[in-house]
Amino acid sequence: MQNLVERLLDGDRRALARMVTLIENDMPVARRYLAELHARAGNAQIVGVTGAPGAGKSTLVTHLVRELRHRERKVGVVAVDPSSPFTGGAILGDRIRMMELAGDPNVFIRSMASRGSVGGLSASTRDVVRAMDAAGYNPIIIETVGTGQAEVEVMRAAQTVLVVTAPGMGDEVQAIKAGILEIADIFVVSKADKPGADQTVAELAMLLSLDPTRRQRDKTTPAWRIPVLKTAAIKDQGIRHVVDAIQEHYAYLVESGMLSQRAQRQVRSEVQALLSHALMNALQQTITEDEWRTLIDDITARERDPYSVASQLQERIGLK
Amino acid sequence: MDETRPIRVLVAKPGLDGHDRGAKVIARALRDAGMEVIYTGIRQTPEMIVEAAIQEDVDAILMSILSGAHMAIFPRVMALLKENSVDDVLVAAGGILPDEDVPAIKALGIKGCFGPGTSTDEIINFVRANIQADRLTADV
Ligand SMILES: Nc1nc2c(ncn2[C@@H]2O[C@H](COP(=O)(O)OP(=O)(O)O)[C@@H](O)[C@H]2O)c(=O)[nH]1
Ligand SMILES: [Mg+2]
Repeated sequence: MQNLVERLLDGDRRALARMVTLIENDMPVARRYLAELHARAGNAQIVGVTGAPGAGKSTLVTHLVRELRHRERKVGVVAVDPSSPFTGGAILGDRIRMMELAGDPNVFIRSMASRGSVGGLSASTRDVVRAMDAAGYNPIIIETVGTGQAEVEVMRAAQTVLVVTAPGMGDEVQAIKAGILEIADIFVVSKADKPGADQTVAELAMLLSLDPTRRQRDKTTPAWRIPVLKTAAIKDQGIRHVVDAIQEHYAYLVESGMLSQRAQRQVRSEVQALLSHALMNALQQTITEDEWRTLIDDITARERDPYSVASQLQERIGLK
Repeated sequence: MDETRPIRVLVAKPGLDGHDRGAKVIARALRDAGMEVIYTGIRQTPEMIVEAAIQEDVDAILMSILSGAHMAIFPRVMALLKENSVDDVLVAAGGILPDEDVPAIKALGIKGCFGPGTSTDEIINFVRANIQADRLTADV
C-alpha cells in the first residue's frame, strides 16, 4: 500500500480528504506529512473571499469555480463557518450552494469549522490549503465569514482578498469602512440584479478614492488599483470579470515582488507560531494542575505576583 | 472514539420533494450535541451525496427522505460508496420509511432507520455509538 502522501500527490481525493482530517485534528502524523508536502506546495494562488453572512459569498464562489473550470483550472475550495462557542458543534452550510460542483474530479471542496479560533479561519486552515496546493489545486479559494477579525486572518493565509457586499445590506458599507477596506484587493458587489447595486458601487468607489495610495505606502512598489466589480450570479453576469481581476492581481503580485514579500512574512509568522506553540507545550508539561491552583491562589491572595511567578516558571525550560 | 475531535456528519436530503424541515431539525440537534454537520440541502443525487461524503471525510451520512423514492436512492448510494471503497462511514436513514421496507434497507448496510416519531436524542446516541472508532488511525 502506497503511503498517504504519495497517494495525495497522485491525485487520490480520498487521500487528500483524510490528510485534511489529520491536519484539522492536529494528529501527530500530520506534521510529518506536512513536512513532506511543503516541498511540493507553493504553486497555487490562494484567494480569500470574505464578507457578511448572506452577502452572496458561497454563490459567488460556485460561479467563480465554474468559470475557472472553463479555463481548465483545477480548483480547491475551503469554506470556513463558525463553531458554536457553547457546544463546539457547527453547521457547515456553504456546500448547499456548491452542490452543482460535486462530481467534477477537478474540484475539491472542504468545509471547516472555526473551532474556537477567533479570526474567522481555523488554526489549521493554512495547512489544509498547503495540502490542497501540493495535490495540484490552483487556485484555492477560502470562503470565510466576515466578523471584523476574520479579514486580518484571511489576509495572513491568502494572496488575493475579495470582499463581497450586497446592495440593501444597510450599514454594510459602514462596516467596510471599519477595516475591510484595508485588506481588499478586489471588491465585489453581488446581487447586482437587485436595486441599489449601482449606489453601493458608487459608495465603495468613493471610499476608495479617499485612500488611493493605500498600497503605495512603500513607495517602491507600484500601486494596485482596487477594482469594484458587480456580479449577478443568478444571471451569470460579471463573473468573468472577477476571474480576470483575480488573475490580473496574481500577475501584479508576481511582477511587483509583493508575492515573495508576502510569502516571506507568512513564513516568519508561521515558524514563530510553531515555536510559541512548542515553548508553551514544554512549559505546560513542567507545571502540574495542583501547582497551578496553588500559584493562582497565592497570586489572587496578593502573596505573590504574576511577574515573579512567570519568571520563575520560565527558568524550568531554560529561559532566563 | 477520540473524544477530543468533533464527530463529522453529512446530512442530506435526497429525492425530489422540497421540504427539509426535518433534516434541518436533525442538523441543529447534532450541532447542539457538539458535532460538525455538513448540511447539503435538498434534491441531492446519490452521486452528490457520496462525493461530498468523500471530500468532507465524514464519520456518518444521514439521509432524510419523504418522497418514497428511498428504494431507488439508497441502493445507489451504497453501491457508489462501495465503488469508491468507502467502507468506514456509518450510514443511516430517516423520514417516511414503510415498516415493510426496513429489512431491505438494513440489508443494504444502512445501519439505522428512523421514522417520523424518533427523538433527536435517539439519533445522536445512535451516531455516537455506531461510528467507526478508529477511522483516523486506520488506513484510508
Ligand atoms: N438575487 C440574487 N440573490 C443572490 C445572488 N447571489 C446570492 N444570492 C442569494 O443570497 C443568499 C445568500 O447567498 P450565499 O451565497 O449563501 O451567501 P454567503 O452567506 O455570503 O455565503 C441566498 O439566498 C442566495 O440565493 C445574486 O446574484 N442575486
Ligand atoms: Mg457561505
